[in-house]
Amino acid sequence: MKHAILWDLFAVWFRIGLFTFGGGYAMLPLIEREVIEKKGWTDKDEILDIYALAQSVPGVIAINTAIFLGNQLAGPLGALVAAAGVIAPSIVVIVTIALSFHQLQSMPYVMQAFAGIRAAVVGLVGAAAIRIAMASCRRALDVGIAIVAFLLSLFTVIHAAWIIVAAGLIGFLISDEQ
Amino acid sequence: MIYWQLVVVFFKIGLFTFGGGYAMLPLIQQEISHHQWLSSAEFIDIIAIAEMTPGAIAVNMATFIGFRTGGILGSIVATTAIALPSFIFINSLARFWKTHREHQIVKRVFAGIRPAVVGLIGAAAVYIGQSILVVPAVANSVDASAIDRPSVLIALGVFVAVRRFKADPIHALLASAVLGLWFFS
Repeated sequence: MKHAILWDLFAVWFRIGLFTFGGGYAMLPLIEREVIEKKGWTDKDEILDIYALAQSVPGVIAINTAIFLGNQLAGPLGALVAAAGVIAPSIVVIVTIALSFHQLQSMPYVMQAFAGIRAAVVGLVGAAAIRIAMASCRRALDVGIAIVAFLLSLFTVIHAAWIIVAAGLIGFLISDEQ
Repeated sequence: MIYWQLVVVFFKIGLFTFGGGYAMLPLIQQEISHHQWLSSAEFIDIIAIAEMTPGAIAVNMATFIGFRTGGILGSIVATTAIALPSFIFINSLARFWKTHREHQIVKRVFAGIRPAVVGLIGAAAVYIGQSILVVPAVANSVDASAIDRPSVLIALGVFVAVRRFKADPIHALLASAVLGLWFFS
């Protein structure tokens, strides 16, 4: 039983690592599909909380998220397995192409396929953003905080961690959450 | 010894970067030039590789630099080191979360944080969209930029497929690679 969960964790995070192009937020649509819809390991509200936590502590967001969810499911060993899963594709792929990058660059079809993938990432992240916004901005206060965070992040150099801290403070002071 | 140096450097990078990915680049560059691990042309190359290949950008950078300086073992050592601070922080954080997430103060704080994360994701979507769908038409000109039509088409197609028809993101990515071969040739 325990082994089955660990293997599942590794396989799911390996797949997420393998198909995440551009890092960080680009993995969100995959996490939603693999971790929430297929496995039911967490729900849409909690994934936002985990995302907030993953960004508010040091480290790579993708690894932080994998470790957090792995820990929740199977303790520190689960965390280790999830982290190994999300990292493994990088090691395999990078080591494979590290030696042949210049040859790859001169193969037009490789570059063309990657241009297609990059464009797809835009559509994926856009769809995830809208889906999440509709699921979790239920009240006027939510919409207000989301819009302010959006504008601050896009038009100022204020770091995401500070935006999260400020939003937490606002929630603490004026939220009616019981 | 190179492996020990890799551990120290990438542990430090993992420990002092908030927000991951691009926030790590300046720190990585400092360390690389300090240790003279790569030339600046190689550094640009590995950013391109890290962005282009699957996986988190910072992880890819660590893997690549580790490989260049210490072979396959070097790549494993560097990648493990960059993940180690996360492992320490997040495991304690997850324990706290398990026991306190129903606490009223925690619930109120996260009621504020959740919509902020939605805003951050929206901003990331716009930023990613801008950097991929808009190409500078003429290098060096001030604001002459053009929409890259094939990319917009693919992005819209994926958006509709995922939102309307619940397509699997992995299938959408694979289909887009094929479309890329067709559109960009």
